[in-house]
Amino acid sequence: MRLEVDITGKTFRSAAGETHEVLAPVRFSLGVGEVGVLVGPSGCGKSTMLRIILGLDRDFQGDVTRPPNARIGMVFQEPRLLPWRSVEQNVRLAAPEIDEAKLTELFRILELDAHRSHFPGELSLGLARRVALARAFAVEPDLLVLDEPLASLDDALAGRLREEIATLVASRPVMTLLVTHSLDDAVRLGDRLFFLSPRPARILAEVPIAIPRAARGEAEIAAIKAGLVRRTQGERAGRDVS
Amino acid sequence: MLRLLSFALFLAIWWIAALFVGGVKLPSPPAVLQVMMAEAASGALFLHLGATLARVVLAFVLAMSLGSAIGYLMGRVKLADRLGDPWLILLLNLPALVVIVLAYIWAGLTEAAAIAAIAINKLPTAVVTLREGTRALDRSLDEMAAVFAMSRWRAFRHVVLPQLAPYIAAAARSGLSLVWKIVLVAELLGRPNGVGFEIGVAFQLFDTPRLLAYSLTFAAVVLVIETLLVQPFEARSTRWRPRAA
Repeated sequence: MRLEVDITGKTFRSAAGETHEVLAPVRFSLGVGEVGVLVGPSGCGKSTMLRIILGLDRDFQGDVTRPPNARIGMVFQEPRLLPWRSVEQNVRLAAPEIDEAKLTELFRILELDAHRSHFPGELSLGLARRVALARAFAVEPDLLVLDEPLASLDDALAGRLREEIATLVASRPVMTLLVTHSLDDAVRLGDRLFFLSPRPARILAEVPIAIPRAARGEAEIAAIKAGLVRRTQGERAGRDVS
Repeated sequence: MLRLLSFALFLAIWWIAALFVGGVKLPSPPAVLQVMMAEAASGALFLHLGATLARVVLAFVLAMSLGSAIGYLMGRVKLADRLGDPWLILLLNLPALVVIVLAYIWAGLTEAAAIAAIAINKLPTAVVTLREGTRALDRSLDEMAAVFAMSRWRAFRHVVLPQLAPYIAAAARSGLSLVWKIVLVAELLGRPNGVGFEIGVAFQLFDTPRLLAYSLTFAAVVLVIETLLVQPFEARSTRWRPRAA
């Protein structure tokens, strides 16, 4: 079971009739148990790439092979909850087969017990994001796609949720694709980091992280980050010279 | 409380006006009430009201279900919108009287003709409202439903329908008032019973108390149905919205 992404290009025609190139050729694949992280400047086309990978956008050149009948769990950049359904209903609608014990456990972990019967309009953005995470986890996905899931959460909560994501990813055979701005999230969660260029996006560098996620202590994380920063600065310096 | 007060005010104005205008043109409230009671005692009032209500219900249900389906289709499928639009504009601007008279000519003075004519009059407004509602659907929620592999029916029921509910309520509200108005014309022109028929008779006999007795009972029924059926549905379909102060 693998996710194979081989996009050779994607153009977008604006209302004014001009064509814009959104994606340059992008090619990577992701295996079970792996966390791939897309890191890139905002507006570089990451969300477009995700839409293509999820099968929501079929108007592109190239190929995306998802495992057949893969269950997808997705956390969108904005929570995308149904405002007219309660928190619990929102989760259950996406994951009809979930049993009560699992649901309770999920709500406990994400600290949502008190909000089960609330409507999304009554939640803060941070809470709504947690519901979106709960919904994505509840489907027990084969492919988990997270589009900046920890943005605008406070550090403590972001840290806890990051650990929850890591636990889930470790507990089930799941392919995970994470989009983030944060090098910290990328290094703590990722197995392979893909650094993207500004629009039209292409992969500048693919950086595997050799140390298993569980074995990464603060020291290792700091070292990897320092290495990455050196590397990207080096690349930038190299480009400036040429 | 406020409603009662406004009703009392209406009665007061009527009564005073009746005193000035005089008996034949505008009878006083007690005179009308007397006719109402007499008609109710004979059973005629309920018979005619019942006949009218049955027509309203049938025509309303027919027009709402058909209109909603067509409107949804036109909002979703561009081809359907292009094909249906000229028809829609024609129907929207066709006077109710033309539809009713043509229906009676083509289908005879039958119950089916009356109900179809009323439904056709209401249909286009339901289509237009639901088409707007469908166009305003949130695509990002459609995408969410697609990603989470919700079945068509599930997505329709939980994602689409709640978004359409305010539009359906609006179509029902405006449509119902349209049907109330048209049903009497249809009855006046071609049915042997119903409130419209009775009003036609009262008009020919210049019997204002009887005319008012039937119209006001009819108005009261409309008011009750609006308060007991339409408004609770509206309130329920929008209960997740934060209340306006």
